[in-house]
Amino acid sequence: MDIVEELLKGNRLALSRAITAIENEYDEAMDIMKKLYPHTGHAFVLGITGPPGAGKSTLTDKLARAYRAQGKTVGIIAIDPTSPFTGGAILGDRIRMNGLTMDEGVFIRSMGTRGSLGGLSHKTADAVKAMDAFGKDIIFVETVGVGQSEVDIVKAADTTMVVLIPGMGDDIQAIKAGILEIGDVFTINKADHDGADKLVREMNMMLDLDGLMTDWRPPIQKVIASQNEGITETIENIEKHFKYISENGILTKRRTERSKNEMLDVLHSNIGSYITNKLVETGKMDEYVEQIKARETDPYTVVSNVMKDMLK
Amino acid sequence: MAKVRVLVAKPGLDGHDRGAKVVARALRDAGFEVIYTGLRQTPEQIAEAALQEDVNVVAMSILSGAHPHLFPKVVNLIREKGMDDVLIIGGGVIPETDIPALKEAGIAEVFTPGTPTGDIVDFIKANVK
Repeated sequence: MDIVEELLKGNRLALSRAITAIENEYDEAMDIMKKLYPHTGHAFVLGITGPPGAGKSTLTDKLARAYRAQGKTVGIIAIDPTSPFTGGAILGDRIRMNGLTMDEGVFIRSMGTRGSLGGLSHKTADAVKAMDAFGKDIIFVETVGVGQSEVDIVKAADTTMVVLIPGMGDDIQAIKAGILEIGDVFTINKADHDGADKLVREMNMMLDLDGLMTDWRPPIQKVIASQNEGITETIENIEKHFKYISENGILTKRRTERSKNEMLDVLHSNIGSYITNKLVETGKMDEYVEQIKARETDPYTVVSNVMKDMLK
Repeated sequence: MAKVRVLVAKPGLDGHDRGAKVVARALRDAGFEVIYTGLRQTPEQIAEAALQEDVNVVAMSILSGAHPHLFPKVVNLIREKGMDDVLIIGGGVIPETDIPALKEAGIAEVFTPGTPTGDIVDFIKANVK
């Protein structure tokens, strides 16, 4: 099967195989990405992040249904943590989205973080591109349950939604740096639980104190995802934000920044593996490590010399 | 770097997933990526999830006695989607006398109650493509 040709024709197995090639860094992955790249850039990418158990998957399920009702096609990438000890993972986000499985306009892919610490996996951005080239109108990227500083999602998404739930801490949490700074849209899920109104007040206070705020004040919407309450309003907020960033040149700026990051990521990873492979092949790796361990030299000198040698 | 991906699925209507969860956990600890889809899946849902997730293995658990009907159906649907090399295994309360027919239908191995989870891991490692 020609993966690229079949993917562009709308073959779902080809899309699935392409993502596997990307994730596993098969030799053909680079070639697949090269050929898919001209077909990307059309999808709207919505990032969904928040603490574990906030209801990100349930919310994704409900939002995806609402977009499907508008006739839009949907791709979903749902990320769960990989064990740092065994490399294994339980990817359980699909459980909340089983009702979407038989809808041909939806494609759901679960990914493990595989060592990445920013809330995504290293290959998430490329998997998004594969879904984009496949022709999905909207791509949801659901991060792992995050704590305070896993903010990679802002680099991958056009609009970032932060999902919070009542009862996670007092108002000092709301003024800390981290995920609360990245929300373009806030959703307070499980709004039938105690403390939802208090959380809305605290979030508003946080936004009142935001001296860096632009014309866009992130809206805060109370939602009960499991009961489909607040979903229409949430979609409106997302669309207002998308309209805002489109009209103010922010979307172009974000996507330019993303293009730069993409290039630098590939550059760093290719140069890194090129040099590493050379060092291993020539046996210099062990030699240097031994010398550094014996304090005969240091990592900084070694790298300076290696760079001088190899990057002439 | 290739990683073994396993779909753990509960076809049919019985609501007992303790066994499936124990197996999912054991497979996780063996270093596999386990996609767990939860209870009450139709064969169509399982086959489609296997396709979207591009899994190497589909592991199904049934405790209701519906295995002679549901297991072969999942095998056929997965093969129809062009996924010829997916290893499909089953487990649960399954009488010994039913096992030959299930294997005939394309279930690579059947694991009955009492099987050490290590046996399932070993079987997958030895047979996954």
